[in-house]
Amino acid sequence: MDGEELTEQETALYDRQIRVWGADAQRRLSKSHILVSGLKGTVIEFCKNIVLAGVGSVTLIDDRVVTEELLAANFLIPHDENMYAGKSLAVLCCDSLKDFNPMVRVSVQKGDLSSFGVDFFEKFNVVVVSSCSLSTKKLVNEKCRKASKRIAFYTVDCRDSCGEIFVDLQKYLYSKKEVDEMVECLLEYSSFEEAIAIPWRSLPRRVSKLYLAMRVIERFEELESRNPGDTSIADLPDVQKLRKELCEAHSLSESMIPDALLERLLASTTEFPPVCAIIGGILGQEVIKAISGKGDPLKNFFFFDSMDGKGIIEDISIVKAEG
Amino acid sequence: MVSEQQLSAIKGSKVLMVGAGGIGCELLKTLALSGFQDIHVIDMDTIEVSNLNRQFLFRQSHVGQSKAKVARDAVLKFRPNISITPYHANVKDPDFNVDFFKQFNVVLNGLDNLDARRHVNRLCLAAGVPLVESGTTGFLGQVTVHVKGRTECYECQPKPAPKTYPVCTITSTPSKFVHCIVWAKDLLFAKLFGDKNQENDLNVHSKDGSSSSKQAEDVFERHKEENLEQYGNRIYDHVFGYNTELALSNEETWRNRNKPRPIYVKDVFSSDLASQNGNLDKSSNGDPPSLSAMASLGLKNPQDLWSLKENSKVFLEALKLFFSKREKEIGNLSFDKDDQLAVEFVTAAANIRASSFGIPLHSLFEAKGIAGNIVHAVATTNAIIAGLIVIEAIKVLQHDIKNYRMTYCLEHPSRKMLLMPVEPFEPNKSCYVCSETPLDLDINTHRSKLRDIVDKIVKAKLGMNLPLIMHRSALLYEVGDDLEEDEVANYAANLEKVLSELPTPVTGGTILTVEDLQQELKCSINIKHREEFDEEKEPDGMILSGWIQPLAAEKNGKTTVDNEVSTSSASEAVPLLTEDDDDLRIIPTITGKKRKLSDVANERKNKRKAEEPNSKNDVVLLDDEKF
Repeated sequence: MDGEELTEQETALYDRQIRVWGADAQRRLSKSHILVSGLKGTVIEFCKNIVLAGVGSVTLIDDRVVTEELLAANFLIPHDENMYAGKSLAVLCCDSLKDFNPMVRVSVQKGDLSSFGVDFFEKFNVVVVSSCSLSTKKLVNEKCRKASKRIAFYTVDCRDSCGEIFVDLQKYLYSKKEVDEMVECLLEYSSFEEAIAIPWRSLPRRVSKLYLAMRVIERFEELESRNPGDTSIADLPDVQKLRKELCEAHSLSESMIPDALLERLLASTTEFPPVCAIIGGILGQEVIKAISGKGDPLKNFFFFDSMDGKGIIEDISIVKAEG
Repeated sequence: MVSEQQLSAIKGSKVLMVGAGGIGCELLKTLALSGFQDIHVIDMDTIEVSNLNRQFLFRQSHVGQSKAKVARDAVLKFRPNISITPYHANVKDPDFNVDFFKQFNVVLNGLDNLDARRHVNRLCLAAGVPLVESGTTGFLGQVTVHVKGRTECYECQPKPAPKTYPVCTITSTPSKFVHCIVWAKDLLFAKLFGDKNQENDLNVHSKDGSSSSKQAEDVFERHKEENLEQYGNRIYDHVFGYNTELALSNEETWRNRNKPRPIYVKDVFSSDLASQNGNLDKSSNGDPPSLSAMASLGLKNPQDLWSLKENSKVFLEALKLFFSKREKEIGNLSFDKDDQLAVEFVTAAANIRASSFGIPLHSLFEAKGIAGNIVHAVATTNAIIAGLIVIEAIKVLQHDIKNYRMTYCLEHPSRKMLLMPVEPFEPNKSCYVCSETPLDLDINTHRSKLRDIVDKIVKAKLGMNLPLIMHRSALLYEVGDDLEEDEVANYAANLEKVLSELPTPVTGGTILTVEDLQQELKCSINIKHREEFDEEKEPDGMILSGWIQPLAAEKNGKTTVDNEVSTSSASEAVPLLTEDDDDLRIIPTITGKKRKLSDVANERKNKRKAEEPNSKNDVVLLDDEKF
């Protein structure tokens, strides 16, 4: 790999991880720029992981003013109202993250994620969004796809003891070691909009029930113009109604989205910190893979449910016709 | 979110974390966020720079301070109202006895070595406290749950012994780079800078069986009239030239091997003899911040491959620096991966030897990894594993036995899973730790001393800390602070006695009782007399068996049906995780040496055999990374 060598300081600090992914990957990491929006527990975990890993820069978007509830799974902000009163999540997290690794530039971008144009996103190699509406997810994903260079796009959300990651690397070419020889692999990703538009009947056999349940709730929030995550157990009857409609439209049995699961997902908006750590860890690993070009990237959904303890990958992509 | 029930179980609990390193930092944070209010943390280590890439509770300014204490302070910043009790201490200290363990509802391990894990396992069994175990290396990791009588204990499956190398491979016929590293580190470095009284096989045995060390006993001593350059050159010529010539004289050895090439200083620096010794004088004027041969020779990148000439320069320079700048330490040095000059010396020596034997050379960065048994470590895996530990800990607090899981974090998905839960195994009925199955020991009772049993079996194999050995009602050996002087003398005398000549003779058919009062572990050993042992294959001169073969025996037992089912489903799904875990021990000279706890190297990658013989189905158990 071209580019300057790692400094002595970098080699000492990153010694243990260079032994995992090599010096080339470390150099690529140090030149990458990450945009992160929606700073709840899972994303905080993710930010910690990539700042420690030594990316070039991290830009934070979240103008929400800090509240006790937003801090439930946040280890970046001191629990002292005098210190956080009136400040935005992004500003407070930024101060703390900088401290983790002086070699990473951490900064805050004010404003509404959906208002930024393609030229803004073009400054980044990776965009991670969380706690945002369905339409914003689609919009940002499309803008990333319109950029002149590839921007890796991720969405991540945790509800109760469950979590979901979506990945769009567009066309991703990487080399992979197979029995002593390097093989070129090409992966073609679907956008978020394309993926979730796939008829449920065409989904992989025994697809994760969590995938379907998350789509129902996401749709519900969209229809009701709720803030992301702003649903409760009181909404259960309406969500069940929507489930019925969606299942009928897709000719799918309602039993594929069990009541118990919906109840769990709606029960509380508070995050479960162990799940944040797990999902934030997997996401961190995936972003590191995508930047470094080392390792098989996840395609294209990941689900974790602490009830059964499984961390599952689902490939929910449209199959493009040849030619 | 957690249910009310879960929350009250969490809030009312008192938990012990052992280890505040890679997994520990993540674990303490996740416990605090999850609502745990009474957490105790034990860690004997202090913070190092290479920790900072993942042990996120620590900063540059904390280097050198106690991990347990700094971790506590960092977590209290975002959760000020909980109680965290740090102990900057070794978990094997007698203070952490069974009563200490009994005060906790669950113990969570984030350790970096087998020795401490076994110790904690025993204390948890003795105290009746559930244990959640964990380990990571690179992108791989696992979490397991151990509840006495319900699931297997940490030691129900035998852990493989660290890899050892026959002496002659190291001294005469290296074929891999790791052999050269072992030679450079455990023989050459130890000979030049370590304890002079330590037995050392550095010198080659010549054809007639006489060792070169006889006539060259003092070859490593610096002569009075010799300056450092002359001394360095002489050592160089002796170990890379003369010793290799001597090895070559054993023609039998080289019949099916490539012959090594003796290397002498004059061959490497044929034309520019004057410049061979680097710029020590120059650099001493500019006083370098840390002592480094690389720095004085202008070599910057630790990832570069050095030529034979560069390696030779580093070798001579490092040797000179040791003797000129660190003379006081000579005689007491042992290899430390954080000692830059030691790493440089060992890298250079291993490379020169490798080049002599036609083995590819390695960079300092790579050599350091091999010599220091450095385990690959990233923050993400530790974070994931810590999350999984807390999920299991909450189940344990609620006695939700049916839902206990072992979880594997994989690098490549298996059946679509990156995180794979597996039902825990039942206790192994023939485990000497959690059931009372006697062990068998084949030993020559007319030749072996009691000391051999204490060192090679009771301490090394059974992992006992403060052992007591009894033959019927007679005490043969005991350790403790409260012993009378005559008892101490008595036990010391017993140690040096041959088994059959002890006050109560130990012979074939004897049953010894071995006990560790701290671990509250007791087991019986059936002694079987055997005359001969194979020096290369059975270097200890004794063979311990009993719990080693539970697999075949268990197959027939009806009680293991459930176990079988869960095993096979696990083994179907888990791919073989191949680890290149060459360890750096030589037999037999090095095994008896006292090693630092952190040096108990390779025990970190422990492989567990699934019940199918197919090795594809192995599940690899991992330790937390070291440091």
